[in-house]
Amino acid sequence: MDPLTDDNPITIQVLGICSALAITAELRASVVMAISVLAVMAIGNVVISLMRNVIPSKIRIIVQLIVVATLVILVDLILKAFAFELSKQLSVFIGLIITNCIIMGRFEAFALGNNPWHSLLDGIGNAAGYGIILVIVGFFRELLGSGTLFGYKVLGDSIEKTGLYALGYENNGFMVLSPMALIVIGIIIWVQRTRNKELIED
Amino acid sequence: MSKLTDKNSYTIIFSVIMVLVVGSLLAGVAQSLRERITENERFEKQQNILYAMGVNNNDGPSDVAFVPTDVVGEKFDTYIKRQLVIQGNEITEDPEAYLIDVKQEESRAKSNKDYQRRLPMFIGEKDGETVYIVPMRGSGLWDAIWGFMAIDTDFRVAGVFFDHAGETPGLGANIKERYFMDPFEGEALLDNGTFKGVTVAKGNNDPRNDRKEDHKVDALAGSTITGDGVTAMIRRDVALYIPHIKKLIEEQQ
Repeated sequence: MDPLTDDNPITIQVLGICSALAITAELRASVVMAISVLAVMAIGNVVISLMRNVIPSKIRIIVQLIVVATLVILVDLILKAFAFELSKQLSVFIGLIITNCIIMGRFEAFALGNNPWHSLLDGIGNAAGYGIILVIVGFFRELLGSGTLFGYKVLGDSIEKTGLYALGYENNGFMVLSPMALIVIGIIIWVQRTRNKELIED
Repeated sequence: MSKLTDKNSYTIIFSVIMVLVVGSLLAGVAQSLRERITENERFEKQQNILYAMGVNNNDGPSDVAFVPTDVVGEKFDTYIKRQLVIQGNEITEDPEAYLIDVKQEESRAKSNKDYQRRLPMFIGEKDGETVYIVPMRGSGLWDAIWGFMAIDTDFRVAGVFFDHAGETPGLGANIKERYFMDPFEGEALLDNGTFKGVTVAKGNNDPRNDRKEDHKVDALAGSTITGDGVTAMIRRDVALYIPHIKKLIEEQQ
């Protein structure tokens, strides 16, 4: 099953929705979040997979949480020491990454039962599937909500009224709010299931 | 039930070992990196104070570029002429005033009615003009927000810098953007001698803040609570410094 499309963590497994709503108001933030989740998932999956035979079953959820939290805090500390500017930009993501259900979801579903190499691939694959959805949603939300992409004004200047704004176009302010993100994800799910009828559960 | 990992004793021993390993790992890394991190935070404070008074490396219209860390020490000493610490009625000079932790001072004053907060203030000089730079701190939607405001001798805003701990990227986090911070410049803080501060207002319809006497700047769509936090922070913290600035200006004349 291909985590990029047929088994996409957001649209099919329905995991990681919360961060997908919060982060995607800005395309740059979506990309940064996708890369951060990729790093944490790849390393986390490998660590859990290496530990899979020694973790007592009763406390495995807590152990997974500890592994993720430790990884993220270590990354945060190292960035603060060696790349301070970058750590300032990522500080808001820290909480969102630790609580991202995709990470725990894949630990449970895959890393606990498979060897490190496959777990690494699974981690990268699911993070990529998550990343694609984040980038698509972020693209539309930033373009239609603020008229910019990566901060660059692509439709003209909304204050000076140049470009598209000269024709009377206005930014759709609703797009930067979370409910719109959910609707965009819903539209993506709809498009995906229209193209692949087998994904429709009944 | 015969699996080793299912036994209760194993679970307990595993947890203890895990806690010890993770605890020491994090503590060890934090300890060894502590000096670097503290140094970076010192630079950050200096960079932010200089940014508020207009000393920065901004190139394009949306850059927020600070003075680089290798020269920020000397630039700070060049542009900031005096650093004062105001405690009650006492004013002392302190070359390390910028390291005062505003958050700590606030909480100490809140828990102890007799404690006089230490208020740091920086007097800078740029292009022959004197500016008074004051720190501010408040709460946004999710977490703390803070910043510095540079006030000139006419009690107008010479520049601001805002930062936050965890506002939403694309919404509240945009208080750090040029298009939010720049319009504060030139805004009047006093109205006939009474402190009015600057209100982040919806419906102001003045995106470039051409009206400098209305004590208002445009709010950010979708970030009402963060904007209100900025307004409250200015109203509360900057007000503390106004009488002292008035006194200092009188002494100069």
